[in-house]
Amino acid sequence: MNKRFHMQQFLHLTLAHLKEVTRQPAVLFWGIIFPILLSIGLGMAFTRSAETIHHIGFVRSDAFDSPSPAAPDIEALFTRSVHDPHHTLSIRDETSFTLTVHDDTLGDTAYLFETGSWDESILKLKQGRIHMIMEMTGAGVVYHFDPLNPDARLAWHSLSPLVDVDAPPAGKEVKTDATMPDADARVSPLEMPGTRYIDFLIPGLVSMTVMMSCMWGISYGMIDKRSKKLLRRMVATPMVKSHFLAALMLVRIFINIVESALLVFFAWLIFDVAVQGSTGALALVFIAGNIAFCGIAVFVSSRTANTEVGNGMINAVVMPMTLLSGVFFSYHNFPEWSIPVIGKLPLALLVDGIRAIFTEGAGLAETAPAAMLLFLTGAVFFAAGLKIFKWH
Amino acid sequence: MKPVIQLKSVHKAFQSVRAVNGIDLTVFEGQFTAILGPNGAGKTTLVEMIEGIQRPDSGEIRILGLEWKGNEKTLHHAIGLSLQETRFIDRLTVWETLRLFASFYDLGKDRVSEILETVNLQGKTGAYTMNLSGGQRQRLALALALINRPKVLLLDEPTTGLDPNARRDIWSILLDLKHRSNTSLVLTTHYMEEAEQLCDNIMIIDKGLVLREGTMDQLLSEDAAEKIIAFSFETPHPPCGDFDKKCPFPVYWDEKNGKGTILLSNIEGQLPQFLDFLNTRGFRIKNMECRRKTLDDLFTALTGRRLDE
Repeated sequence: MNKRFHMQQFLHLTLAHLKEVTRQPAVLFWGIIFPILLSIGLGMAFTRSAETIHHIGFVRSDAFDSPSPAAPDIEALFTRSVHDPHHTLSIRDETSFTLTVHDDTLGDTAYLFETGSWDESILKLKQGRIHMIMEMTGAGVVYHFDPLNPDARLAWHSLSPLVDVDAPPAGKEVKTDATMPDADARVSPLEMPGTRYIDFLIPGLVSMTVMMSCMWGISYGMIDKRSKKLLRRMVATPMVKSHFLAALMLVRIFINIVESALLVFFAWLIFDVAVQGSTGALALVFIAGNIAFCGIAVFVSSRTANTEVGNGMINAVVMPMTLLSGVFFSYHNFPEWSIPVIGKLPLALLVDGIRAIFTEGAGLAETAPAAMLLFLTGAVFFAAGLKIFKWH
Repeated sequence: MKPVIQLKSVHKAFQSVRAVNGIDLTVFEGQFTAILGPNGAGKTTLVEMIEGIQRPDSGEIRILGLEWKGNEKTLHHAIGLSLQETRFIDRLTVWETLRLFASFYDLGKDRVSEILETVNLQGKTGAYTMNLSGGQRQRLALALALINRPKVLLLDEPTTGLDPNARRDIWSILLDLKHRSNTSLVLTTHYMEEAEQLCDNIMIIDKGLVLREGTMDQLLSEDAAEKIIAFSFETPHPPCGDFDKKCPFPVYWDEKNGKGTILLSNIEGQLPQFLDFLNTRGFRIKNMECRRKTLDDLFTALTGRRLDE
C-alpha cells in the first residue's frame, strides 16, 4: 500500500513535469529541438574533416636569401618523410607547403607551413593563425612557441621527430658532421608579451565576458520584469520607453567596464599582459562591442516572458559565436570559405579588434571600421527590438 | 456632471472566448463605479481596455473625451492604475520604488512623502518590496496609482487575496480619497461588500455582458419585498437529489458551506409553506435566518452561481 502510494505520487509528479515541458511549444523548441539542432550543426562542423591541421610559421634565417620554399630544401629537411609512403610532402604555392602524415586509425595529421619573414610570422602568431614558428638557422632548427599553449606543444611533439636537423640544405656543399657541431633542434619558448597564448586568450575572454554579460544581464532584467507584469505597469505611466532600455544598457555597460578592467588588471599583474596599442581605440572598440551586444540582447528578449525560452534564444546567439569567433583558438582553422563570414560576426569583430590593440599595437585607424560595424549592428538590432518589443 | 469615462458597445475576443461582449459604461467626474463579477466575467479585460493596455476589437472608448490613439501621453498623465497582480523590483525599497515612479510624472520627494502618508506606509520606506506583506504590497500599488493625483483611477481587484483588516485599510484610503478629491474611480471586484462600501454605481457583469447596472438601492429595490431565507440542516450532507425539484421555491444549495438559500417575495405566506415542506420530508433544520437581499443573492438569482465561485 505504502509502496504503491509512493509509486503513484512519483508517477504523477513525473507526468506533471513532463506535461509542463511538452505543452509549451516554445519551450519544446528552445529547450529540446534547438539543442539537438545545435549539436548536429556543431558535430558536423567539427567532425567532417578527420584531418588535424597544425599551422606553423616557417622562417629562414640561414644562408638563403629567398624565403620561399624550394623543393630540394624541404625534401632535405624531411628526408625520412620523402621515403615514407605514408607521408606526403607537397608544395602548395610560393609561400606554403604541407607535410601530411597519413594514419588510418587516428586520421591524417597535416602540418601547414607558411613561410615568411620573422615579423610576418610573429604577427600571424599573435593573431592565432599559426601557433608555432619553425626557424631555420645555420646551426639547426629552432621551434618558437609558448610552452603553455597545448596546440603548440602537440605540434612540436609530433613534428620534431620528423625533422632531419642534420641534413644540410641542398645546394650547399656537403660537409662532414664535424663542421656543424651544433646542428641541433632547440625549443625557444616565446615569452615576449603579445606572443604567448595568454596574450591571445585575454582579449578573447574580455570580449566573451562583454557578450555574456550583455546577453544574460539585459535579457534577464527584461524577462523578469515582463513576467512580473512590471513592464506593463511601467508603460502605463508617461515613462519614455527608450529611456527604460537605455538605462538598462547603461548599467550593463558600466558593469562590463568594471568587470573587464578587473580582468585586464589581474592579467597584467599575474601574466604581464599589456595593452600595446592605443587606449583610445580600445575604449572605442570596447564601447562599440557593448552597444552591439546590448542591441542584440534587447532584440532577442523583446518578446518572451518565459525564462526557458529566453535561455534557449540567448544560447542560440551565444554558443555558436563563442565557438566560432576565435575566443580560445583562431577561427582561421575553419574552412576557407567560412572565414570571411565568421570574421563579420559581432563577437569575432570585437575579439579581433581588442586582440589587435592588445598584441599588435593597433590604433584607431586599424580598428575604426570594426567599431563602426559593431555600432551599426547594435543600432539595427536595438531599433528592430524596440519595434517588436512586447511591454504587456 | 461631466462624463469622464465613456464606453460604447465595446467588444473584445480572445481566440474563441468572447471576453467582453458589447459593454456600455459611463463614469462621471468624482463617481466611484464598481465592476462586479465572478472570476472570468471579463472584468480585467474591460478595465485593461480602459487603461489602454488592450485595444477593443470594436466599439469606442473615451477618457476625458479623448480616444487612446494619439493621446497616450495625455492620458497616461491623467490616469492612475493598479493591475490585478504586479510585483515590483524585489530589491528596491518602498521609497526608491515610489521615487522611480514619481520621476515618470516629473514629481519629487515631497510628493513621495505625501503619498507614503496617504497609504500609511511611512514605517516601511526602507523595506525591500519583496519583504512587504500582501496588504502592504497592495497599498504600495495604490500609492503608485495615486502618485500623479490622477483624474481617473482604475483599480483591478485591489483587495483580492487580502485579509479583512488589510482590505478595510484599502477601503479607508479610497473613501478618504472620495471625500477629498474629485477623482473618478473604476474598480473591479468580486466582493460585493467592496462594491457596496465604496461605490456609487455598480455594474454586475458575467460572461462579458452587463447583467444589471445602477446604484445599490436601484439594484436591490427591484422586488424590494423579497427576502432571503438561509438555512442549514442537522445532517451536514446535501439534501437528496429531488429536494430541489420537489421544493415549492427555487433553492440555491451551497455545497461548500452546506447552506441553502431561497428567495421569498411574501414571507408571511410562503415561509410556513416552506417549513411544512421540510417537515413532511423529514428535514431537521439546524439554523435558519431571514435577511435582506444582497448583491450576491441578486447575482445568484440572475446566474444560478455565486460571485465568489
